Amino acid sequence: MLGSLDARIPAGSLEAKWTDRKFSMRLVSPNNKRRFDVIVVGSGLAGASAAASLGELGYRVKVLTYHDSPRRAHSIAAQGGINAAKNYQNDGDSVFRLFYDTIKGGDYRSREANVYRLAEVSVDIIDQATAQGVPFAREYGGLLDNRSFGGAQVSRTFYARGQTGQQLLLGAYSALMRQVAAGTVELHTRSEMLELVMHEGRAVGVVTRDLIDGEITAHSAHAVVLATGGYGNVYFLSTNAKMCNVTAAWRAHRKGALFANPCYTQIHPTCIPASDDFQSKLTLMSESLRNDGRIWVPTAHDDGRAPDEIPDADRDYFLERKYPAFGNLVPRDVASRNAKGVVDEGRGVGPRRNGVYLDFSDAMAHDGEAVIRAKYGNLFDMYERITGENPYRVPMRIYPATHYTMGGLWVDYELMSNVPGLFVLGEANFSDHGANRLGASALMQGLADGYFILPYTIGNYLSDFLGDPALDTSEPVFADAEQAVADDVSRWLSIGGTRSVDHYHRELGKLVWDYIGMARTKTGLEKALSEIPALREEYLRNVRVLGSADTLNQSLEKAGRVADLFELAELMARDALAREESCGGHFREEHQTEEGEARRDDQNFAHVAAWEWSGEGAAPTRHCEELEFENVELTQRSYK
Amino acid sequence: MAQAITRASAPPPVRAAPRVRLPWPLSIYQTAVGKKWVMGLTGIALLGFILVHMTGNLHLYEGPREVHEYAETLRNLGTEIVPRTWLLWAMRIGLIAAFALHIHSAYSLSRMSLAADQRYPGGRNYIAASFASRTMRWTGPIIGLYLFYHLADLTWGWFNPDFVRGDPYHNVSESLSSVPVAIVYIVANVALAVHIFHGAWSMFQSLGVNSPRYNHLRRYLAATLAGVILAGNLSFPIFVQAGVIDDDGRSFVEELRHHGAAEEDH
Amino acid sequence: MSSEINLTLQVWRQDGPLAEGRFATYEASGISIDASFLEMLDIVNERLIESGEAPIVFESDCREGICGTCGLMINGQAHGPQKGTATCQLHMRSFNDGDHITIEPWRATSFPVLRDLAVDRRAMDAIIAAGGYISVNTGAAPDANLTPVPKETADPAFDAAACIGCGACVAACPNSAAQLFTAAKVQHLNLLPQGQAQRWARTEAMVETMEAFFGSCTNHGECEEACPKEIPIDFIAWTNRDYIKAKVKNRKLAG
Repeated sequence: MLGSLDARIPAGSLEAKWTDRKFSMRLVSPNNKRRFDVIVVGSGLAGASAAASLGELGYRVKVLTYHDSPRRAHSIAAQGGINAAKNYQNDGDSVFRLFYDTIKGGDYRSREANVYRLAEVSVDIIDQATAQGVPFAREYGGLLDNRSFGGAQVSRTFYARGQTGQQLLLGAYSALMRQVAAGTVELHTRSEMLELVMHEGRAVGVVTRDLIDGEITAHSAHAVVLATGGYGNVYFLSTNAKMCNVTAAWRAHRKGALFANPCYTQIHPTCIPASDDFQSKLTLMSESLRNDGRIWVPTAHDDGRAPDEIPDADRDYFLERKYPAFGNLVPRDVASRNAKGVVDEGRGVGPRRNGVYLDFSDAMAHDGEAVIRAKYGNLFDMYERITGENPYRVPMRIYPATHYTMGGLWVDYELMSNVPGLFVLGEANFSDHGANRLGASALMQGLADGYFILPYTIGNYLSDFLGDPALDTSEPVFADAEQAVADDVSRWLSIGGTRSVDHYHRELGKLVWDYIGMARTKTGLEKALSEIPALREEYLRNVRVLGSADTLNQSLEKAGRVADLFELAELMARDALAREESCGGHFREEHQTEEGEARRDDQNFAHVAAWEWSGEGAAPTRHCEELEFENVELTQRSYK
Repeated sequence: MAQAITRASAPPPVRAAPRVRLPWPLSIYQTAVGKKWVMGLTGIALLGFILVHMTGNLHLYEGPREVHEYAETLRNLGTEIVPRTWLLWAMRIGLIAAFALHIHSAYSLSRMSLAADQRYPGGRNYIAASFASRTMRWTGPIIGLYLFYHLADLTWGWFNPDFVRGDPYHNVSESLSSVPVAIVYIVANVALAVHIFHGAWSMFQSLGVNSPRYNHLRRYLAATLAGVILAGNLSFPIFVQAGVIDDDGRSFVEELRHHGAAEEDH
Repeated sequence: MSSEINLTLQVWRQDGPLAEGRFATYEASGISIDASFLEMLDIVNERLIESGEAPIVFESDCREGICGTCGLMINGQAHGPQKGTATCQLHMRSFNDGDHITIEPWRATSFPVLRDLAVDRRAMDAIIAAGGYISVNTGAAPDANLTPVPKETADPAFDAAACIGCGACVAACPNSAAQLFTAAKVQHLNLLPQGQAQRWARTEAMVETMEAFFGSCTNHGECEEACPKEIPIDFIAWTNRDYIKAKVKNRKLAG
């Protein structure tokens, strides 16, 4: 039923592809733009920037978010920074180098053309954000400062103290609110998208549920843009915000949109370990800490001594030992896996033996406490607030946690999914990070998609429908979709089981973390494929959702989201099982070098796996998009 | 759809836009920040008056003649140009206007805040708000009532059987020698000082006078002003009660008038 | 190291915006002092669900003090007793065994209670829509390093920009004024060179929108104490100054 996956990548040289495509795309003239309705779901960096830009162009935009304000989207929590190939530091950076680093960092599992375009527009993002008033860090001369970040050997990361995400999102949000005031964007807060509406094979609208009064509403448009973030909360414990979920993307998947590379999930090495069983989320400490902190564990198993009582001879600085060239700055997946390794060996630290030390005592001895305080003061304060320990005196304890998901809905070069009229931006799509995302690249991708790519490519799609009004919401397809949502809501309320939604979410998270976490095995994944459906079956039978549908009912909201995470988890396991290689965030223990490094299989797996929903209970179909590398040579990553 | 649009907009405003937009610069007074400016500026005027009034009253410690000369000086202000008491009246009118504006802006801002505010049935725990800042709405009316009493007592002589028009020394010593009256003055002036303590600091904020390097001085200044005014003003009832300010019921001005009349008779 | 405490909670329960509210008392026993305040409520909710009672509605999202979604009045203090800390980062080690804790929603006329501890804060978005932006269309920006921003300007602008829009300033203010929120948003942009073109129009529009929804500032300073980002009230003074300047300049410019 599905043709071959055509990513619509322009021909020609890498450098010319985007320029050529921008020229060859059809345009919608300014006075025609106001005849097109576009729905943007999600108001994070990608959604807000896209909606604002479309509004400025003159489209009639409707923004739907389940938050109480667009400013709360989880982009806000990104700490570290945003990459851009500005080469302000004169240290040899270039668009090609950012492209190359991103492709390599992604372990050669992303599209050359997409990544090159991302690097190309990265410079415009910095200009745009600065003009909006985003207060990036500056040097004494008043010009923008940069730092080196997460495995990059050039300083190309722009940052705003420890809150780059918040500042960039506030920039995009302010642009969005400007359009709301101008009347080009209609903002619907606390409206959760629960259904994609299809008509004649195209996406023509969505159905939302109002979280305050439960009202179910159909929205019609010429195109639907999903910018709904990632699915890291499938692990229950992650650095994602509590409300992050896969529902919007998953409901689109169930309507035919392909879900690509779900097994590519990123584990962030520097998070605060869980302190008890009721931990609700994990807090990330900026990766920049690894620039000055040294990571170690005791050499001996179950060493009960306090860290300052352990002499250097009894410490194992395992990253420095194994990777002398990069040391503590190896990429996230390498750092994470090694931390898991030493904890699994029984050398973990802290009351629950579930962390490794990140020690600043050498840096403080070398640079002085004041310098460290100036660089990381706010992070140290945050650490102390959460753990009650003072990191100036005691080494921090860190452990990896799920942070980002590279997989997502499949999109072509123009960010349109295989469903015509359905565009997917930001973390919700799969496009640019391959099997592993570089630090400070998520903000870049979200804003590139929203500010500089979608506003062009959406016109190419819409120009076909000039003169056609958006489908009337009285059409039966809308009523059917509304009914489906209403049925779903009443189903949850009528189960009347015994355990809470959170209980099942936590149980699901444990399974996913154990079997589809940092290291995966065939047997583990097979177990996941039997245990997840079993737990899901119990969930559908025994979950307890109290209250009613017509009020603010958080259990009800979560019930549907967790159900989607169950289905997604199963797909992740399938994808991980099918990908018989290790690459980036996907580490199959069967596929490693003698030194324990990931071993890719470029012969058989240099492709995107895009899964097609085949109906409830049926095995999904795996489609492949071959990845062609014309500009970089595939090498085995080595950070020795 | 209508529901969705409602959901997209904010809750209804608690304060309607003014029905009539006054011409500039009166329109500034129609806004809350504008009223705060008026509060601040009139506060400065009133504070200046209070300070001068208190300082002038120190003549009480010199004696009836000096107080009378001081009063005459005030009446004769500007006589080089305008007729006698005109300038004094101009200042009085200015003060009355400042006072009226101060009260009106306080009243309308309080109404606005009361409309915007909701109580916490579980109670609340103040961290920064001082006793002075939280009692402005009480100390203000106390001062207003006191001012009325003060004028009625010492300017119009409604309550004082021994009142002599135009003889402040006599009237003060007669009035304040009564214990209940002295207590009224003491209570009211404590309220005034408390009001000034917050007001004198607050006006810097309202008028946008803020420079991080000097900000810490604003509290000291407010405390000093309030303290000086309190000390000065409280001294009068206390020293009248102590008998330091006392003319034994003989009005210097009355005697002067008799004396003057007698001279004319000759 | 880890130990447990028992607490008695007085929680505001209200079924909907128009419903009558009341305090309900819950025992929260065996709470780890390493738990966050919201995790403590998660545990209470889990137990409520098991006993068949509707869980307490409270809002939170990032749980790392940046999204501004959470916000509770804890023992009469916005975001609770720890200075510079949002509710989600408040940990139970700030409390003692046997404590009684009163938990209420933010209260202001423009923050109507939606249910239990959740309130509607859209009035703050309305203030932003009135002018909390620099009008630069996508693609129209000059090179980012074209205009240097001196540190003396960049630092206070950032301090203002740190506002997370939680509404604690309004909740803590005895007048329910949103002056600190508005001032932070105004000054972030007014201080920067990029924000100069719209400085006066922005100030006037945002302040007047604020006044339509919130009370008037009487300089108590409660907002500064409650602010999880410790934004100083200096910004309020600067905004008051800018506002009067704006009133003069806008008249001149508008003729």
